[in-house]
Amino acid sequence: MLSTTAPGAGSGLDLQASVETTLQGMGLSAGAAHLVWLPLPMVLVLVAAVVGVLVNVWLERKISAAVQQRIGPEYAGALGILQPIADGLKLVFKEDIIPARADGLLFTLGPVLVLIPVILSWLVVPFGQHLLISNVGVGIFLWISLSSIQPIGLLMSGYASNNKYSLLGGLRAAAQSISYEIPLALAVLAVVMMSNSLSTVDIVDQQTGAGILSWNIWRQPVGFVIFWICALAECERLPFDLPEAEEELVAGYQTEYSGMKFALFYLGSYINLVLSALLVSVLYLGGWGFPLPVEWLAGWLGQPIDAPLVQVITASVGIVMTVLKAYLLVFLAILLRWTTPRVRIDQLLDLGWKFLLPIALVNLLVTAGLKLAFPAFFGG
Amino acid sequence: MTIAITTQLICFVALAAALVLGALGVVLLPNIVYSAFLLGGVFLSVAGLYLLLNASFVAAAQVLVYVGAVNVLILFAIMLVNKREDLSAIPGLGVRRLLSGLVCGGLFALLLRVAFTTPWALPGPLPVGEEATIRIGEHLFSDYLLPFELASVLLLMAMIGAIVLARRDVLSCDIGTGEAVDQGLIEKARTPLLLDRSTP
Repeated sequence: MLSTTAPGAGSGLDLQASVETTLQGMGLSAGAAHLVWLPLPMVLVLVAAVVGVLVNVWLERKISAAVQQRIGPEYAGALGILQPIADGLKLVFKEDIIPARADGLLFTLGPVLVLIPVILSWLVVPFGQHLLISNVGVGIFLWISLSSIQPIGLLMSGYASNNKYSLLGGLRAAAQSISYEIPLALAVLAVVMMSNSLSTVDIVDQQTGAGILSWNIWRQPVGFVIFWICALAECERLPFDLPEAEEELVAGYQTEYSGMKFALFYLGSYINLVLSALLVSVLYLGGWGFPLPVEWLAGWLGQPIDAPLVQVITASVGIVMTVLKAYLLVFLAILLRWTTPRVRIDQLLDLGWKFLLPIALVNLLVTAGLKLAFPAFFGG
Repeated sequence: MTIAITTQLICFVALAAALVLGALGVVLLPNIVYSAFLLGGVFLSVAGLYLLLNASFVAAAQVLVYVGAVNVLILFAIMLVNKREDLSAIPGLGVRRLLSGLVCGGLFALLLRVAFTTPWALPGPLPVGEEATIRIGEHLFSDYLLPFELASVLLLMAMIGAIVLARRDVLSCDIGTGEAVDQGLIEKARTPLLLDRSTP
């Protein structure tokens, strides 16, 4: 899980080089070693995403139970931690039904189109200075553009189901996704303006230095709130789960789906939630940064920051911090889901267009002004 | 041939095939919904070609604008009006098809001729890669400032026009037919739907 695109950009482990050197030591050519290396980070991130979803499902079940003063799953493994696996297995073995008058091809393609952009977006999520699949220059912009493909999958499945609830759900999902994309992008733009870069690694680098005090949340509190609201709306989480409002639309665009195709929607929405939480932590909560800079800690302990052991420890701390921050936000999202009522569609569009959009524009303007006035604090 | 060049070649062939076949499908398929979805695929293949040319910012912008906005709006429009009815046959359809096929074939031949006779500078200028974002920004705010501002004014005009057309209560008579607008049909946004006590 790392890239070689930015050699010398800060310190950090270079896993790729060490793995390839080891493979070449075992008698492989440089090209073959690179070929063996290539799929490894991708598979690792895919596995991480799926495990993240399993944890998420378990958390959702347990926290919803706690909110409603129930116990929740408890027989499948200790504290019911095997429950999400049981859920997944059930979905795998369920019969896969395509309704008789539905459009078979589009019906199958829809869930795939919903899932693929979400998984592709994990390309730019950094877990450490070099711990990401690819440090592409357009980084966060890639995520925004990929997430705009999703509504097409939703419209496709809504249309192909040949069911009025599905079609309405798909249309609602697309409308919601388009309206909240704009304030979301404007909130990201303010952060990008402060970091002078679209790359996720640069955005985190700009937040290191003074530990928790240098995190973007202090400089962009309004942007943080806008981003979080929009991310929840993009993930179709309550209070914004209108596309699948079960009392009004049965289950929206998912109504006709069962088995593995339904599981793809399920997986997609949870991976999207984890991804959004990760990106909030990258954009506003200092990414892999520890509340106290690890350089200071190493200095107090009298250890050189470049020593191999210290490097391994800093990398592990980075991964733990990223995941911890992300799951704190996931916890918040789950708590929100089980405590807030759903908004109406007109309230949803009002909030997006008449409140969040102007506020996001003002936030962008104020950030630009502050950047000109205090270049030292706002990344001149 | 190194792995990188082989991969590029395979990607180029696959993307180009998807692009050409998808574009043909957009034009030739009778089902308009399939055409719209295929159009999204064509836009995505173009974005892939931009990526192969090291223009990642343009590729991402292509996906965001064309797939995420234009194509979704097209689909929206189709799904809001589509009634799944078979259109009645237009008289002289065969002749029309033949004529449009001839025009398209002629245009294709012309473009082929241009492509083969133009002395392309190979290899072209070096791709700027990650610098492209900065370069595009500089151009937008210096020598392309006027077109940029004009485009935004154009979009603003289109938006105001759409709002005026959609909100009939600002007009006293219908623009299309010239009849008086029935004010009773217009939903008042500020009137609560459930708490209306004015009606007995």
